[in-house]
Amino acid sequence: MLDIVLPIAFGLVAVAVAMSFWRLLRGPSAPDRILALDTLNINTIALLVLLGIHLSSALFFEAALLIALMGFISTVALCKYLLRGDIIE
Amino acid sequence: MLDYLISFLVLFGAVFTFIGSLGLVRLKDCYTRLHGPTKATTLGVGSILIASAVFFSTRGTGISLHEILITLFLLITAPVSAHLVAKAALHLELHSLAKMPTKKVKEEVLEQASQTEATKQTTEKIEQLTSSEAPQDQELAQKQ
Repeated sequence: MLDIVLPIAFGLVAVAVAMSFWRLLRGPSAPDRILALDTLNINTIALLVLLGIHLSSALFFEAALLIALMGFISTVALCKYLLRGDIIE
Repeated sequence: MLDYLISFLVLFGAVFTFIGSLGLVRLKDCYTRLHGPTKATTLGVGSILIASAVFFSTRGTGISLHEILITLFLLITAPVSAHLVAKAALHLELHSLAKMPTKKVKEEVLEQASQTEATKQTTEKIEQLTSSEAPQDQELAQKQ
């Protein structure tokens, strides 16, 4: 069952990555692009966890956790820059 | 049985991740576009991570808690980042599908503000009157 479902899930998440990348390229304003980058981070975490299930190795969780941390910090920094014109005041 | 549970959770999470990005592409407005990815974060990635936790916990190497850590972190940070993006969009005064406050609303707000100022003035007057009355009372008390 998992062998059938995993390729479908990979396909769906890959299409999601492509769509958020389209929004990153197209996005009419800066907050749209920040939102697209955040969504790309989330989709990457999903892909990494799916790959961990597929290869049945627990190596990928550290990478996923790091991506989650860096994604949150980068989103906050970019939004702070848009709001204040400066990141650390 | 467990295999079916893991498969269902993986498929559910993948579908929700897809729907979140579909919302990011299809919706018309930056503020409405905020909705999609936040659902993808909590429901989509959350259920994929739960599936992964169940998968690795039943492989005989003990309970794996990495996924719970990632899920908690994502659940805490998703609202914060969405709030900051919304604040940035409001700061840049992006085009919104909902109508911005018009002149009429502005006038109403100004009227309310002037009303509150009037009430402030009246309360100040009342306070002045009471404070001017109070010393007289004291004087009367001293005389008595």
